[in-house]
Amino acid sequence: MQFELFDLAPLLVILPVIGLLVNILIGDRVGERGIGWIASLAAGLTFVVSLLLFFALQGHHEGATVPFLEWIRIGEFNVGWNFRVDTLSNTMMLVVSGVGTLIHIYAAGYMHYDVRYKGDPHSYKRFFIYLNLFIAAMMILVSADNYLMLFVGWEGVGLCSFLLIGFWFTKNPDGTDGHSNSNAAKKAFIANRVGDFGFLMGMFTMFWAFGSLNFGDVLGHGAVEHVSEGTILAITLFFLLGVAGKSAQIPLYVWLPDAMAGPTPVSALIHAATMVTAGVYLVARSAPLFHASHTAELFVMFTGAGTALFAATIAVAQNDIKKVLAYSTVSQLGFMVAAVGMGAFVAGMFHLVTHAFFKALLFLGSGSVILAVERGHHPLEGDGGHDDHHEDEHHDDDHHEVFDPQDMRNMGGLRKIIPTTYRVYLIGSLALAGIPIFAGFFSKDEILADAFLESQPVYWILTVAAFLTAFYMGRQVLMVFFGKPRTHAAEEAKESPPSMTIPLMILAFLSIFGGLINIPVIHPLTDWIEHTLGHDLVHATKFNWQVAIVSTLLALIAIGISWLIYGRKEIDASQPDPLQRALGPIFIGMRNKWYVDEIYGFLIIRPYERLSSFLAHQVDWTFWHDWFHDSGIAAGFRGLANFLANPVDLGVIDGIANGLARATKGSASALRLLQTGFVRNYALMVFLGVVAILSFLIFR
Amino acid sequence: MDFLFHPLNLVTFFPLVGVLVLLFLGKKEQENTARWVSLVTALITFGISMWVLAQFNPDIPFVQMYLEVPWIEFAGWTIHYAMGIDGISILLVLLTAFLTPIAILSTWTAVEDRVRDFMIFFLLLEVGMTGVFLAQDLFLFYVFWEFTLVPMYFLIGIWGGAQRTYAAIKFFLYTMAGSILMLLAILWLGIEGGTFVVPDLILQGGIDPGIQFWLFLAFAAAFAIKVPMWPLHSWLPDAHVQAPTAGSVILAGVLLKMGTYGFVRFNLPLFPEAARELAPLMGFLAVVGIIYGAIVSYPQRDVKKLVAYSSVSHLGFVMLGIFALNSQGIQGGILQMVNHGISTGALFLIVGFIYERRHTRELSEFGGLWKIMPVYAVLTLIVALSSMGLPGLNGFVGEFTILLGSWGAGAAGGSYGSYLFTAFAAAGVILAAIYMLYMFQKMFLGPADNEKNANLKDLNWREIAILVPLLILIFWIGLYPKFFFELMGPTVDQLVDLVNAASVAVR
Repeated sequence: MQFELFDLAPLLVILPVIGLLVNILIGDRVGERGIGWIASLAAGLTFVVSLLLFFALQGHHEGATVPFLEWIRIGEFNVGWNFRVDTLSNTMMLVVSGVGTLIHIYAAGYMHYDVRYKGDPHSYKRFFIYLNLFIAAMMILVSADNYLMLFVGWEGVGLCSFLLIGFWFTKNPDGTDGHSNSNAAKKAFIANRVGDFGFLMGMFTMFWAFGSLNFGDVLGHGAVEHVSEGTILAITLFFLLGVAGKSAQIPLYVWLPDAMAGPTPVSALIHAATMVTAGVYLVARSAPLFHASHTAELFVMFTGAGTALFAATIAVAQNDIKKVLAYSTVSQLGFMVAAVGMGAFVAGMFHLVTHAFFKALLFLGSGSVILAVERGHHPLEGDGGHDDHHEDEHHDDDHHEVFDPQDMRNMGGLRKIIPTTYRVYLIGSLALAGIPIFAGFFSKDEILADAFLESQPVYWILTVAAFLTAFYMGRQVLMVFFGKPRTHAAEEAKESPPSMTIPLMILAFLSIFGGLINIPVIHPLTDWIEHTLGHDLVHATKFNWQVAIVSTLLALIAIGISWLIYGRKEIDASQPDPLQRALGPIFIGMRNKWYVDEIYGFLIIRPYERLSSFLAHQVDWTFWHDWFHDSGIAAGFRGLANFLANPVDLGVIDGIANGLARATKGSASALRLLQTGFVRNYALMVFLGVVAILSFLIFR
Repeated sequence: MDFLFHPLNLVTFFPLVGVLVLLFLGKKEQENTARWVSLVTALITFGISMWVLAQFNPDIPFVQMYLEVPWIEFAGWTIHYAMGIDGISILLVLLTAFLTPIAILSTWTAVEDRVRDFMIFFLLLEVGMTGVFLAQDLFLFYVFWEFTLVPMYFLIGIWGGAQRTYAAIKFFLYTMAGSILMLLAILWLGIEGGTFVVPDLILQGGIDPGIQFWLFLAFAAAFAIKVPMWPLHSWLPDAHVQAPTAGSVILAGVLLKMGTYGFVRFNLPLFPEAARELAPLMGFLAVVGIIYGAIVSYPQRDVKKLVAYSSVSHLGFVMLGIFALNSQGIQGGILQMVNHGISTGALFLIVGFIYERRHTRELSEFGGLWKIMPVYAVLTLIVALSSMGLPGLNGFVGEFTILLGSWGAGAAGGSYGSYLFTAFAAAGVILAAIYMLYMFQKMFLGPADNEKNANLKDLNWREIAILVPLLILIFWIGLYPKFFFELMGPTVDQLVDLVNAASVAVR
C-alpha cells in the first residue's frame, strides 16, 4: 500500500525544525561549513519527502489527510494539526522545498561574504536558523488541512520575513548604521497584520456559516450551496484583504519593495519565489468559494490586474537592481492573482511555479552581481585583491556611505567580467519578459489567453503590463551588463564561487524548460491539479495563437525600445535617466513610486501617531489621570474626609485608634511608614458605611 | 485533622507556614535564608496545587472537593467557611501557585531592603489570592478579596518606585471604592437568600430581573475596577510603574484576574438575565478598552507603562470573550486570563531585568540591545510575539477563540453589535503589533549607540531559569492547549447552559 507514504507529511515541518535546533545547539562548534550543510540538508530532506509524497500521489490522485495532533476543541469547534496531501498542496511543497534547497546552498556561499562585509561573522548561524524556520512555517502553510493551521504558517512566514528583512537590524540598506532595515521589517509585519485581520474575519464568518474550518467541510462537494452568496462574498473579500497583504497587492503592497533590505537570498526565497505566492495558493485552494461568487471574482481579478500594471510602471524607473526586481515581483504576483480571480486557477498556479524559478534566478543573479561589484570595490582578505587587511578596516568609514553596490548606474559592461552570472541572468530576464520557449512565455501566455476569453479590459491591462515587463528587463540587462564599466568597482568585479553559480545554473535550466510542466496540448499540470479541484473548476486552456503572437511581438518591441534608449550609446553614471527627457513628470512619478508611501504617511501613519499621542498624553494623562482623578475625585474626597475627621474622628474614634496603634507599635514599623490620615479616614468611612448598610438591612 | 489537611485548605494556607518561619528569623543578617525559605514555601505550595490537580476530575461540571463548615453566626444568618474548586477556578489557582515562586525568584537581587518583611507580605498575598479563587461563600470571598489589598499595598508602598506612596494609596482606595458596592450586594443576597453559599444561591435562582440588574452593577463595580475596564483604569499605570518587579508580575498576572474571574464566577450564574441584558454594554466597554489601551500604549516612553497600558487592551479581550456568553468566548476568556498572566508577567520580568542593569526604563535610553544581549533579545521577542498573538503561541489560541465566540454571539443572536465588536477587537490585533514591535525595535534593533549600554551583561542563569517555565507554557498552550480546555470545558458548558436557559425564561 502506498498510503503509508502519506504518513510522512508531518516530516515536512519536523525536519527543518530539527535542522534549526541542531544549528542552535552545535552551530558554534561546526563552523560555517557545518552550519550551511546542516541547514541545507534539512531543506534537502524536506524536498525528498515532498518527492516521496509526489510518488505516493501517483497511485492515489485523491490524496490523503494525515491527522497529527489535536489542537483547539471547544464545543462544535474542532481544529487539529492535520496535514493535507493532494496534488495542489504537493505542487507547492515541491516548489518551496526545491527552490528553498537551492537557495540554502547558494546562501551558504553568499552569506560567507555578506557577514564579513557587514562586520559580523557571528550572524552566519542566525541566518540559517531563520531560513530553516521559514521552510518549516511555509510547509505548515502549504500542507495544512484547515484554514486555521494554514493561518499559523501564514503568520509564521510573516515572522520569518520580519526577522530576515531586519537581519542587519543595526543598519540601513546601504550598510551605514541606522534604523531603515528595522523600519522595513516592522512595516512588513504591520502591513501583513492588516491583511491578517481580513484573514481572521474571513475565518470567523466561515466557521459560523459552515460550522467548520476544515477544507473537506468547506470546500467539499456541494458545501457552498448551503451558504448564502452574501456570506460567501463576505468571506472571499475578507480573504482578499489577506491576499493583498501577503501577496503584496494594492493597497498593501508597499512593504514588499522595502523588504529588499534583507539579504539577497531572502529576497529570492521569501519575497519572490515562495512566501509572497501564498495568497495565490490561498485563492486556488479556496477555488470553490471564489467560484461561487461572481462579484468576488471580479474584485480579485481587477485587484490583480491593477497591481500588475501599477507596479510595472514603477519598476521602469528604478535604479536599484533589487528594487526593479521587487516591483517586478509585485507586478507578476498581480498576474497570478488576476488569473486565479478569473477562475484560471491552473494558469495562476502555473505562473506561480515558473515565476518561482526565474525570479529566484534573477534575485540570486542580482545577488551575484552585487557581490561581484562589492568585491571589486572592496576585496576581502584572501580574495586576491590589492587591499590588505589594514586598509579593509578604514574602508568602512570612508567609502561605504558613498558607494552603493546595488545601484545599476555604478555597473555596466559586466557581461565580459562575470560571464557566468551574465548568461544565467539573461536567461532569467528572457523568461520574465515572456520570450517564446522560455518558461515564463507559456505561463504568462496561458493567463493572457484566459483573460482574452474572460474579460477584454483585464486582457489589455495585463498585455500593457507585459510590455512594460519586457521593457524594464531590457533596461536592466543593458544597464548592468552592456556598455562599458562605469565605475572602478565594476571593472574589478569578481565572479562568484561555485556554491553560488551552480544553483544559478540549475535555476536557469528550470527557467528554460519549466514551461514543459504545462505545455499546451499535453498540459500535465492542468490534469494534475484537476485531481484536487475537480472538473468543474479546471479547464485546459487552448493555446491562442493570436494572443501569443501579439504578446511576443510586444515583448520584442519593448526590448528594442530599451536598446534604443539604453544600449545604443554609452550612458554616464551621473547623467539623468534618458527616459526622463521623454516622459518628464510621468517619469518623476514613476521614479518616486507615485508617492504612495508619502500618501500613506500623510493619511494614516502621521494621523495615527498624533491621535495616539493626544490620547495618551492629553486625554488619558492630563485630563483623566491628573485632572479628573487626582484633582476632581481626590480633592472632593479630601474635603469630605476632613469634615468627618475633625468633628467626628478626633473625638471618640481617634482615641481608640491611637490606643490600638500604641499596642501594636512594636511590630508596625512598616505600617507606620505609610500611615497617613488619608487612609485612616478612608477606612473609617468604609467602616461607618458598612455599619449603616447592615443596620438598614437588618432593622428595616 | 481532616479539615486542616483538606487539599484546598493546604493549598491556600500553606504559605502561612513560611510566614511563621520568617517571623522567627532575625531581621537583617539572614536575608538569603529569608529568600530560600519563601522560595521553598512557594514551591511546596505549587506542589500542593499539583496534588489538587491530580485529584480534580474535569468531567464533573460542578464545584468539587467541596468543604463547608459554619463560620460566623449572626442575627440568624450563618456565614460559612465554604471552599471548593471547579473548572473555572482551577486554572487560576494553578496560575497563582505557578507565578508566585517565579516572582519570588525574580527578587533575588532586586529586593535588598528588608527582605524578610517583603517575603512575609508576598506569601500573605498568595494566601489571599488563592482564597479568592476557592471561596464558595460570598462573605468569605469578600474577606479574601479585601485581604489581598493589604500585602499589595505594602509591597507597592515600601518597595516601590519614587512615587510609591501615592500609587499605593490610589491602588488601595480605588479597589476599596468598588468593593463597597459589592459588599452591599453581597449583604442583600445573603439576607434575601438566607445563605451566603454561592452554589446554593445559584441553585435557588429566581431573583427578579429588575433587582438582578442592580446587583449585577454592584458586583461589576468592584470587578470592573479590578480588571480594570475602560474607563476605570486610571489607577493601573501608577500601581504598575511604581510597584517592584515581583509586585507587577503578581498584580498583572493574578490580581487583575480576580476581577475577570469575579464576572465569570458571580455575575454570570447569579444574575443571568442581567448578564444577557447588559452583555452589549460590557462588550462595548471591552472593545473600547481593547482599542484605547492599544492606542495609548504606543506613545509611552516608559517601557513599564507601555506594558501596563497593554494590559488594559488584553483584559478587554478577556471581557469580550466572557460576555459573548458562549462556550468559545468564555473558554477563550479564561484561557486568555492565564495567557495574560504568563505573557505580561514575563514582560514585567523582562522590564525588571533591564531596570536592574540600567536603572532606567526610558525607551530612548536603549536601542541595538540585540547586539549586546542576544539571549535577552530572543527571549523578549518570543514573549512579545506571544503577547501580540502570533499563531502557534499561547496568546493566539486565547484571542482567536474569544473573537470566534464574539462573532458567534452575533451569528446566534442576530445582533450586529457583536459583529462590530469583533471587527474592532480584531483590528486591535493590528494595533498590538504596532506598539509591541515599536517597543521591540526601540529596545533591541537599530544601532547600539548609547555608550551606557555597551557593557551590559546578558541574562544570567537565574534569570533564564525564571523565564524558561513561562516560555514552556507559551509554546505548550500555543501548540497543544487540549489539557487546558479539557479542564474547564464541562464547567463552562454548564455555565453557558445556565445563562442561556435564563434568557429563554425571560422571553
